[in-house]
Amino acid sequence: MKFPDLAELAARNLREAVLRNSLTTLGIGVGVASLVALLSLGVGLQQLVNRSVARTGLFDTVSVRPRQSNPFRGGGGPRSRDASNSEPPRVLDDAARREISLLPNVIEVNPEIRFTAEAHVDPRSQLTLVAGMAPSSQSSGTLEGMTGRFFSGPGVEEAIIQGDLAKRLLDDGKAPESLLGREINLRFAQRQVLPAAPDPAQPGSAVEPDEEAMGFSIIPGERNFRIVGVIPASDSGGGPAGFNAAGIYLPLATAENLEVVQGSDLREVSRASTGEGRRYAALNVRASSPAAVAQIESAARGMGFAAFSLIDVTRNLRTFFAIFDLFLGIFGSLALAVASLGIINTLVMAILERRREIGVLKALGAADRDVRQLFFAEAGVMGLVGGVFGVLLGWGIGRAIHFGTAVYLRRQSLTPPNIWSVPWWLVLGAVVFAVLVSLASGIYPASRAARLDPVQALRYE
Amino acid sequence: MPKIRPESRGALCNSPLQPSRVTLRNMSVTEAHAAARAETNGVAIRTDRVSRHYQMGEALIRAVNQISLEVRTGELLALQGASGSGKSTLLSLIAGLDRPTSGAIYANGRDLAALSSEELAGYRNHTVGMVFQSFQLLPRMTLEENVELPLRLAEVPRNERPARVLQALKRVGLGGRARHRPAELSGGEQQRAAIARALINQPVILLADEPTGNLDSKTGEEIMNLLAEIHRPPSGPGCTLVLVTHERPLAERYADRIVTLSDGAIANEERRQ
Repeated sequence: MKFPDLAELAARNLREAVLRNSLTTLGIGVGVASLVALLSLGVGLQQLVNRSVARTGLFDTVSVRPRQSNPFRGGGGPRSRDASNSEPPRVLDDAARREISLLPNVIEVNPEIRFTAEAHVDPRSQLTLVAGMAPSSQSSGTLEGMTGRFFSGPGVEEAIIQGDLAKRLLDDGKAPESLLGREINLRFAQRQVLPAAPDPAQPGSAVEPDEEAMGFSIIPGERNFRIVGVIPASDSGGGPAGFNAAGIYLPLATAENLEVVQGSDLREVSRASTGEGRRYAALNVRASSPAAVAQIESAARGMGFAAFSLIDVTRNLRTFFAIFDLFLGIFGSLALAVASLGIINTLVMAILERRREIGVLKALGAADRDVRQLFFAEAGVMGLVGGVFGVLLGWGIGRAIHFGTAVYLRRQSLTPPNIWSVPWWLVLGAVVFAVLVSLASGIYPASRAARLDPVQALRYE
Repeated sequence: MPKIRPESRGALCNSPLQPSRVTLRNMSVTEAHAAARAETNGVAIRTDRVSRHYQMGEALIRAVNQISLEVRTGELLALQGASGSGKSTLLSLIAGLDRPTSGAIYANGRDLAALSSEELAGYRNHTVGMVFQSFQLLPRMTLEENVELPLRLAEVPRNERPARVLQALKRVGLGGRARHRPAELSGGEQQRAAIARALINQPVILLADEPTGNLDSKTGEEIMNLLAEIHRPPSGPGCTLVLVTHERPLAERYADRIVTLSDGAIANEERRQ
């Protein structure tokens, strides 16, 4: 029998016992709805976490640092069996930066500039972290919700301030946005490169041998910046988060030119290592896509550096959510499993009621396959209708839970996050799953109907 | 004797109502019938020591026991016998609804035992038409939907079906009742609809199991006249008709041959013409 005839007969048969079939279909719908509602909450929570992680701006970034020295090196302590570990760690200098920038799928390599400074907006001062921000951060979504604007150029003396710091610098009750356009003064520790080593042949040199080895001295530095942007306070979930979080952001080029002392400077001095040009505490390597992060990370490690990315962290997070979603899916599917028993029951009842009809069909030339397909089609139609209905119902339940949660959180003076999401794959997957479960439920009734002896069936009254 | 007035002529067993696209192994129905006739040497049905036994607990029921029978092409054979003599079981075996315990059945030159379940379904759809005592119309469907069922199973194109269904219904005098459901018809009308359904795929063999059993004598006679006309139409080829009936006068009046069964075996054979 051709598919249109099959579908027509199946639909006709379903219409004949409309109440029973509707209740069975409703059962499937409720099963699918519970599945969709639970998974939409699971997906929503996962997206909420992903958004928070994405705000760190490190999803497509690899942080490359020099390897830590072996603390047991020298002094007769235990030595690593790996011969390479006994060599001094490679210096992260300009040569290394160039080498990394030539790796495949690398779109930019920026030095990580982070330092502690005292921020002063008359009359208050606060100690805070200051970070250099690359121009690409403007489009990465980490500044979502920012009031004001991004830096007008790469080397300008402008700053973007985090809402929490702004609140602390302002008098109580004033909005952080009131800092826009005002000057902020930063005080920090600055490197001052020492003059070139004097010729030992020349007597009366002012530089001692120890100072020469260090290569710079530390002096207090101070600079004013105009505040051009205010990132929402952390309780609103705004601005870069995690390792990228800072109180004040400066254009990267400006931050580089400040010649601030970073923690790594002292470490490098103590190592007395050599390198070409400037040395960096860390380089932030941006990949063309998150998929390329692992490959860059591995290449950087191969070059002798330590490399870290949020892929490492999110791998565990993804595993957690995969298991979480699996459990939600299992609980959601329980209702569908019960509904599938309803399909079996309905179709077995249909066989008993339509025994004679099956006999007639066979007498008229229906093959076992035709009868089996007819019952499969009926199960499939119930699954399809139930699936579509279930998705709509699940969507409604999810919306209701989301709405209820939002009302509750607002009453607690909290900003309600979006914890509910129904992606297209969930809609499609739920309908397909409902049809597959229904077809699986139809296997036994369909094969039983197909096996029916037509002679016995025609005698049945 | 009241007689059905057919609304059109020629819509009989294997005389196509109109050119058909239904094919059997790439042949049209009429070509297939002609080829089969040539192949079978004038024998439409042959049973060779065919038996059908049932095990009921400890007892072995020999419903049909070693029956050898030949039905000539175009013959009207009446199977007679008391209730439980095996005539309906034999008819089910010939119809391909059941398989024999032993022996062989050849219908239209084909050994039914050699056919797969799928092929046997095709045989029931294309080669034989069945008429039952209790009509066996599907009560939820209208007459035209009932008559259309074999066409659906034969995968006849949808656009061809309405004309063929209407012509078949007109042929049995029910052209105006196409949209009616079986419950809205008399017994005689329901049986005529069942005959239209049996003939819709132009079978070469028509099997009727007590077609007048549920009808009063007057209506039964109408149905028998219709079957006789289908079996031997005024023009064109007819079909082979095997009629199971317990009404001796009807068998005597219409059959070419009467075979009487008793305890699953042939007890008597009587040629009428």
